[in-house]
Amino acid sequence: MLHIKCPYCGMRSQNEFSYGGDASVKRPELNKEISDQEWDSFVYNRKSLRGKHLELWQHLSGCRQWIKVERDTATHEIFNTYKADEEIS
Amino acid sequence: MTQTFRLENGGLINRDKKLSFKFNGKTYYGYEGDTLASALIANGVHLVGRSFKYHRPRGFFGAGVDEPYAIVQLYRNNETEPNIKATEQELFEGLEAKSVNCWPSVNFDIGAINNFLKIFLPAGFYYKTFMWPKSFWYRVYEPFIRKAAGLGVASTKHDKERYEHKYEYCDLLIAGSGPSGLASAYAAAKNGARVILAEDKPRFGGSLLTNDVNIGNQSGEDWANSIIAELKEMPNVVVKNRSQVFGYYDHNMLVMSEKVSDHLPKTKKYHPKQRLWYIRAKEVLISSGSIERPLVFGNNDTPGVMLSSAAKEYLKVYGVLVGKNPLVFTNNDSGYETAIEFKKNGINPIILDSRINPQSEIINEAINLGINIKFSYVVVAAQGYKKVNSADIAKISDDKKQLGTVENIKCDCICVSGFWTPTIHLASQSGNKTKFKEEIDAFVPGTSKQNETTLGAANGIFTLEETLKDSFTAGQDLSKKITNNDNKISFPNVVEKKSSQHDKFWCVPLPEGKNYKRFLDFQNDVSVSDIEIALKEGYRSIEHVKRYTTLGMATDQGKTSNLNGLQLVSDIENKVVPAVGHTTFRPPYTPISIGAIVGREVGKHSKPTRKSPMHSWHEKNNAVFVDAGVWLRPRYYKQGNETLFEASKREAKNVRTNVGVCDVTTLGKIDIKGPDAAELLNRVYTNAWLKLPVGKARYGVMLREDGIVMDDGTTTRISENHYHMTTTTAQAANVLSHLEYYLQLVWPELNVNVVSTTEQWAGAAIAGPKSRQLLEKLFPNNDVSNEGLPFMGYMESDLFGVKARIFRISFSGELAYEVNVESDNGNFMWEKIIELGKEFQVQPYGTEALSTLRIEMGHVAGSELDGRTIPYDTSLDGLVSKKKDFIGKRSLNREAFTSEDRQKIVGVVPLDKKTSIPEGSHLVKDAKAPLPNKKLGHISASCWSVEHDNPFSLAILKDGKNMIGEKLFVMSPLKNKVIPVEIVSSHYVDPKGERVRS
Repeated sequence: MLHIKCPYCGMRSQNEFSYGGDASVKRPELNKEISDQEWDSFVYNRKSLRGKHLELWQHLSGCRQWIKVERDTATHEIFNTYKADEEIS
Repeated sequence: MTQTFRLENGGLINRDKKLSFKFNGKTYYGYEGDTLASALIANGVHLVGRSFKYHRPRGFFGAGVDEPYAIVQLYRNNETEPNIKATEQELFEGLEAKSVNCWPSVNFDIGAINNFLKIFLPAGFYYKTFMWPKSFWYRVYEPFIRKAAGLGVASTKHDKERYEHKYEYCDLLIAGSGPSGLASAYAAAKNGARVILAEDKPRFGGSLLTNDVNIGNQSGEDWANSIIAELKEMPNVVVKNRSQVFGYYDHNMLVMSEKVSDHLPKTKKYHPKQRLWYIRAKEVLISSGSIERPLVFGNNDTPGVMLSSAAKEYLKVYGVLVGKNPLVFTNNDSGYETAIEFKKNGINPIILDSRINPQSEIINEAINLGINIKFSYVVVAAQGYKKVNSADIAKISDDKKQLGTVENIKCDCICVSGFWTPTIHLASQSGNKTKFKEEIDAFVPGTSKQNETTLGAANGIFTLEETLKDSFTAGQDLSKKITNNDNKISFPNVVEKKSSQHDKFWCVPLPEGKNYKRFLDFQNDVSVSDIEIALKEGYRSIEHVKRYTTLGMATDQGKTSNLNGLQLVSDIENKVVPAVGHTTFRPPYTPISIGAIVGREVGKHSKPTRKSPMHSWHEKNNAVFVDAGVWLRPRYYKQGNETLFEASKREAKNVRTNVGVCDVTTLGKIDIKGPDAAELLNRVYTNAWLKLPVGKARYGVMLREDGIVMDDGTTTRISENHYHMTTTTAQAANVLSHLEYYLQLVWPELNVNVVSTTEQWAGAAIAGPKSRQLLEKLFPNNDVSNEGLPFMGYMESDLFGVKARIFRISFSGELAYEVNVESDNGNFMWEKIIELGKEFQVQPYGTEALSTLRIEMGHVAGSELDGRTIPYDTSLDGLVSKKKDFIGKRSLNREAFTSEDRQKIVGVVPLDKKTSIPEGSHLVKDAKAPLPNKKLGHISASCWSVEHDNPFSLAILKDGKNMIGEKLFVMSPLKNKVIPVEIVSSHYVDPKGERVRS
């Protein structure tokens, strides 16, 4: 079971969180004309990376904040966690 | 029967407490502190089971977790448990155990005929034989294999024992309380670290209990006891015996199984039988020791052949002789230690040492004691069927290839030692890439992967002094990192005997003309010849050889067999062992009971149960409940001998003619506040929300980004910046997360807060033509007329002193209201409704009637919003705004979603107006068409229409828009039904929706 550092609550067990997918996906702006391809890409296409991955988790059974977790998908190593609005260098 | 193999003195057992127990129906006696194994051996019982494949007699091979043979069916406190290792089960008064895998009895086993047919059961036998003819599998092969292969028998009764889970954090978790575990725990504890020290056996000390060593002028055992006593007194230390750390998972999470009550005749009140600990440790010290390796020779599975370390443990810990005429066969000095213990207790052993001329302190001691030692000698084969009675021995050439003349010598046990295998399982599970250590012919942990450090014998260090030094240092250094304390501990003086190099020899060649079985895996009956066959047939990867021969795949997971198997493969293949590699170590290290894994999450506790504040009223009024997600909801209120069908019909009819009341507390409720609340709703729902006035409710549909309907419900504007959203019972949690996702990540600029208030409000739906009359009684001071509280209107009021919210919304299609009060007042509200509704013939109605009402009205619910439908499919496209953007809108342009013959909701009525239609059935054009018959749609929900008094269903049908009036067939192969039906509008009752506005 992973041990994830919630930027608000500290180290917590994985079972308090729910996974929310790739954090680098950006929703197209509302009312913006975009191609079918762009939209499909946003809705369906995700990379299945092996290695460092920036992903979303929600601290569901804690502060309910959505956070960003930088994790290695192969080793489960967690390099860093960020608040939703935090700049990632 | 007397304990003829028990020594007069010695051992760590409590001789003052004699215990009686039964094995295979016969009564024996042992002492407190015995294991079932030690007590049986004390009574001269060496035949305890039959082997897996050949049903050969099985005795005891080890003295602990590595035991491959002595697996018994245990009976304790009117319960039975299979596959218990006799070497681990502690004796208690009244214990009962039976042999497994033998029929009709352990002494006469019919399956043993396999032993004589073993030519037919070589490696891969199952794969080769049971392939054909196919029809034989169910009738012949499977029943045969099941009977032959069965280990114990699981109880079919409900397990009444309690199992617990515990979550713990610590600085250092130390697995194993041998010398390295004790030393590191002591050093770390003295530095103030929070330490958990776990020992799988009942006694702490590991090898110190059996080895003749001296630490700080105390015997090893005394030193261990003094350290443990001190650790137990320290507040920062948890010391646990009978606790096996069996799994090393991600981020230094380890799981430990504590056997709290298995050693007692009965679990004490309020105590668990077992407890599973989930431990998150900052540092993990693996001090799991090592397991002795067997030597391989003919018939080496005969009862009486056992590990020399086990023989020594039975002697020193339990005061039990495994034989009175022992033969010790060794390739290293460990066998000598066992022989010396025998000699000290008046028994004359013979040592066969495969080495030519070894020299060491221990060997000298044996020689000085006058023990008969034969160098360059090996056991060729054990003789005796149910117990060893003699051994064929021979001199072996220096190159270990030629045997001299075979002679037979009498003996009643053969204690073997093929050197030691470090227990590297936990390190390997953590991700550590192990490496082969040539000097000890075994794998040891490589570079640490997580925060694990392996110490002592588990790390391939077999001298006490080095082990203690490493362990004190590790405990000190690791704890210093955490606590910043630096208490130096003076290193005790260590006295141990020096040993000489072991012999690389481990497998005795077959003598001319003999074809003895030489076993590697004792539980799965895998012999040297099986591996040879597998390799001849082309299997190369050790993982394949393992699966083909089943080497190491029994419940002992090859603790005594894996390394010898690897040695054999590398010998035959002419490779070095590291090139062959070892199979993967996976948790659990040792079998864990299902009860412990499940913990308390059984039966009702397997999920939380949520009840509405009116639950006890429902109970008192004969409600029959149904699980709705985690909620318990009344399905119907039973009157007399009514069936579900009769009751739901009555309840639904009463709503259509009078007035009914339904508990709708379970609906999800979300409180939404902030200046941008309307904007949020406008983006989340498909319809327009910016102009909803205060005091009005609106029905809304929300989509996922892929255009699929996520949920529906009404949201009410309570005040300028305050909204009350309702969701379906099932989607309540998902919708809240969905809103939080968009507010926190996508549109953080929106100034809105959302919070779940599902449990804060109790809700009652009051529905039916007389509902307004009832409402007038409930709220005499309010104007609840059609003008005062119009359809989709909202007002705040006071219900006899209790704050109430009234929404004029309807799920039943009738004139209806929903009244919410704070949860604590729920029951008060409910009773008032029932009391004041009497004159209007009010009746409570459950989910079944609720469904009936919504189905015949054509209102969609979860069975239509099933994660596969878009608004058009469910006739909700009128709610999709063309003007504004919202979540999922862009997806609605997809080709499949806009196609002319897109699926759409329709009503379905059987032509005979009698046959009810099973939910989930398929709709087809021609019931007699050849398979696969093309499916046009499916039945999503069925009811008995109380308005029309005939069955009615909703269906999602391809080209549903143009199918009204068509005649189709409903097919349910599951229920073996074919029903001719007519497709009608999904709005079967009040299609214009006049009642809700009346």
